Formats: sequence, structure tokens, C-alpha cells
Amino acid sequence: MVQTIITRTISSLLVIVGSLTLVFAIFYLLPGDPVLSMIDPTYATPEMIENLRVQLGLDQPFYIQFGHYLADMLRGDFGVSMVNSDPVLPKILANFPSTLILTLSSTCIAVIIGVVLGILSAVHRNGWIDIVARTVGLFGISMPTFWSGILLILIFSIQLGWFPAMGSEGISTLVLPAITLGIVGAGFVIRMVRNSMLEVLSEPFITTLRAKGISRHVIMYKHALRNALIPVVTVVGMQIGEMLAGTVVIETVFSRQGIGRILADAIMARDIPVVQGVVFFTAILYVVINLLVDISYTYIDPRIRRSSTSR
Amino acid sequence: MKQATPTLTTDWQNESSSTVRSKKLSWQATTTRYMWYIALALIAFIVLCALVPQWIAPYSPVDMVADRILQAPNAINWLGTDYFGRDIFSLVVYGARDSLLIGFSSVVIGILVGVLLGTVAGYIGGILDTIVMRFIDILMTIPGVLLALAIAAALGPGLLNIIIAISVSAIPGYARVMRGQMVSLGSRGYVEASRSLGASGLRIVWKHILPNAVSPILVMGTLGLGTAILTGAGLSFLGLGVIHEIPDWGALLSQGRGYLTVAWWICTFPGLAITVFVLAINIIGDDLRDRLDPQSSYL
Repeated sequence: MVQTIITRTISSLLVIVGSLTLVFAIFYLLPGDPVLSMIDPTYATPEMIENLRVQLGLDQPFYIQFGHYLADMLRGDFGVSMVNSDPVLPKILANFPSTLILTLSSTCIAVIIGVVLGILSAVHRNGWIDIVARTVGLFGISMPTFWSGILLILIFSIQLGWFPAMGSEGISTLVLPAITLGIVGAGFVIRMVRNSMLEVLSEPFITTLRAKGISRHVIMYKHALRNALIPVVTVVGMQIGEMLAGTVVIETVFSRQGIGRILADAIMARDIPVVQGVVFFTAILYVVINLLVDISYTYIDPRIRRSSTSR
Repeated sequence: MKQATPTLTTDWQNESSSTVRSKKLSWQATTTRYMWYIALALIAFIVLCALVPQWIAPYSPVDMVADRILQAPNAINWLGTDYFGRDIFSLVVYGARDSLLIGFSSVVIGILVGVLLGTVAGYIGGILDTIVMRFIDILMTIPGVLLALAIAAALGPGLLNIIIAISVSAIPGYARVMRGQMVSLGSRGYVEASRSLGASGLRIVWKHILPNAVSPILVMGTLGLGTAILTGAGLSFLGLGVIHEIPDWGALLSQGRGYLTVAWWICTFPGLAITVFVLAINIIGDDLRDRLDPQSSYL
């Protein structure tokens, strides 16, 4: 098992280098001049543009630019903001806890709603609970988060005054953003749990259990659920990554502090080093989450554990 | 002494419960069919709005009426007016054009490029397969929304740029599915038979593999359309969208945010339009998957 963990960790490190290359390619290889996207050419003189080009090292050949970039990023030097010259990485790290809390809270909401409704939906297939759960799932994946967030602000902040509409101080400011993001995740988890549960229920071992006269309750919750939840772990892992990306919109809607908000502000200000830094930072988190999901499989699924031990 | 024969029948298998179940199934089938018709009608209406908005919108979206600023929904302006006195219903109808253009174009480009990459990788194999698939793997290291956001941020605001950004983020999914299809269909008996009869590689791909690989791509494309429209609206909401006088749904919603406390309708209706369209697309997509790709269907 240790060997599996080591192999997957090494492959994740390679993936991180891959994503680093991708981020470089996006900002330096796509058509368009990164310098002109940072400063307005109608106000800047050709000398100013050239100076910035030299300052950013963009006058160097491609391979030298990439080498410098790779070395800097792997050293943890994400560069400085074009707007206020603040170092990018400390800025990201200072704002990350708020985003992490939001992502984890949303994931909890998504898992609780998703697993409960997904199971009920499969157990009462074609019943009214199934219809309700499928509708919730369908709405969850169809509503834009910036709209559902605004609706929640309208109802619970402006009309009822129960929760603050913006800010990041205290738990009360976390409720609405976490629900907004959690509903989307719940939509995916409901569909996955239901699908997985129904698939397991059609397996031969369930027929055997029924033939043995085991009660429906025990079959559903002891045997089927344990097997059905294994693929759900992957979906939840992927959802955490999507939620991290989703914080860009949510933190903007709720004016919350966090790396998503930094990214949205940096996009508006054309602050490329910050945009690049946040995208790469999120990609690393995404890779780490997927690695943890992979490793958790070896603990959750005895078949994988045994096959990795036998190797 | 006669022993009691053990029975496999449980309360969830007996005659009466199977009758109840078949009734439930028929009720569900009817509901699903009606939902499908409603979804199709909604999509048709919204596509019509995008194609011929002047037939549906009661006013021009650029008409600013000074004495009708921030009017709540009423008999004249069904969905109210904005801070320039523009009719929200007309803005939503006209806004469909860019929103749908972004969604449809991104999906079509994503499918074309993804299918091409997947076909080349799966058919030729070897080193080319490895290169293409590692490139796809790298594209997948960043969550789709974030990838689209990064590309749009690098290219700057604009309709074409937003379409490119969403297309690139959609390519990996189609390429992987297509490659899987190429590998699995390539070893089928009818492909082997065609090959032994001397058919060229291009003919085998065009005549035998692509027609059989259409179903999963079509299902994925339909469900991907909903995602593309949501992503496009999200990018517009963040200020990376189309810059002209008729805003798309995402930009319209973003503009209304500042007036949330005094005019709830500016944000509510464009968001409702996005939700209704994506919901309808997802209903059709789920149904298509059930019909065309039963193995991965939403059971």
C-alpha cells in the first residue's frame, strides 16, 4: 500500500508540473500580448510598454522565459501584483483560510443533502420522494450560483433580515454562501448516489441476500449502501475542486474575503501575476484533493487494499 | 412430515407490490413524457427568442424611457424596467442571442476538436496517442470553470474569446470519450471484417466507427450545452463577457446587482431565463442518455 501511495504521489507531482506548464501556456502562448493586457496602450508610451516587457522578461526567448517561470513557481515565488506590487503567494495564503472554510462547509452541505436524498431516492424508486430528490438534483445542477446566491440574499437578507448579505466575519456570513455552493454539489451527489445505489441493488449478491431472507432494511443500509458509497467519494473529491473554482463567483456575489475574490478582482484589474498565481494554487489543491481521494480508496475499498497488498 | 418450502418471495416482490410498481412506473413514464414535451417547448421558445427577438419582444432593448425607470413588473412592462427605463422582458428576449450563441458554439467547437483528437489518438495509437492523451490530462488538471476563466482572462473580454475559453475547457471530456469509443469499437468484429476486406483506415473510421460513437458524444454534448451556458453566463457576470449595448443574460444579471434592494426583478428574471433553459436542456439530455446510452443511464 505504501508503494501505491508513493507511486500516486510522484505521479501527482508530475501532474503539478503539467498544470504549471498549462498556466504558463495560457498566459504566454495564447494570441494577445500579456503586456498590452496589463496596461492600456492608449495611455502608455511605447517606452513604458517596452520597459514593462523587459521587466517581465518577455523580451527573452521562450525557453528562457519558461525556465525562469518554472524555477520561480517551484521555489514558491509567484511574483508580485501589477497593481500594488504585493507578493502574490503571501496574499493568496492570507486569504486562503476563508475560502477553505467556505469550500468545506459547502462540501458538508452537499454530502449530507446529496447522500440522504440519493439513498431515499433509490430506496423509494419512482415514488414521490424519488421525484422530489431528482427535481432537487436537477435544479441544483441547472441554477447558476450567482443567481441562486442573489435570490438567497433577496429572501434571507433583504426581506427576512436573518443573515448578512455580505462580509466574511463570523459564522452568520458563511451560511448563505455555503448553502448556495452546497446546493450545486448536492445536485451532483444526489444523482451519483441514486445511480450507484440502483446499480448495486441489481448486483447478484443482493439477489443472494434476498434469497437468504435477509430483511430489506439490512440489505439496503448494511450491504448496498457501503458498496454504493465508494464511487461517491470520487464525485465528492471532484466536487471539492469544482467548488474551489466556484468560490470566484460566490465570493464576488457575497463580497467575501478569499482567493476567489482575489482572482475576480485581479481579472478586472488585468493583474496577470495574481490571476496566474491563484489559478496555479487552485490547480495544486485540485491535484492534492484527487491524490487524497485516490489514497482514501485503498482504505475504503477492501478489494483495492487487497490487490495493492498482494502486489 | 411435510416440510415448509422456503420461499424467495418477500413483501417487496409479491404480486400486489409489483402491480403498484408497474402503476408507479406508468405514472412516472407519463410524467417524464410531459416533462420532455414541456422542456422541448421551452427550448424551442428560447431558441426562437434568440433567432427572431423582434417578433417576441414588445419593445426595443435599447429604448430608454425616462419616466419608466425601475418600474416593478406591471401590465405595460411585464417583467419591469431597469435603471435606464429599458424593458426587462425585451432585454431578456434579446439577451438570449448571445447566451445561446456562446453555449452552442462552444459545444460544437469542443465536440469537433475533441472528437478529432480522440479519433486520431485512438486510431493511430502509439506515441501520438500518448502525446495527445497526456495533453488532454494536463488540460484536466485545472477544474473546467477555472480553466475557462483563466483563458478568458488571458484573452480579454469579448464574444469570440469567451467561446474559445469555454470550448477549450470542454475539449478533454469529448476527446477522452471518443478515444475510449475508438479503442472499444476498433476491436469489434465488423471493423475487423471491413479491415480484412481491404477498407482504408479513413473509411473504417468514417463508415463504421464514427456512426457508432455518435450516441455518447451526442448525450455528452446535450448535457455539456447546459454547462457551457452556465459557464458563459458566469464569465459575463464576472465582466469577461460581450461588451455591447444589448447585454447577455449573465451581464444583465451582473448589472442588476447594484439595484438589488430597490429592484429585485432586474436580477431575478435573467437568472430565471438561464435556469429554465439549462433545466430544459438537462431534462432532454437525461432522456437522450436513457434512450441512446442505456449503460451509463440515470437508472
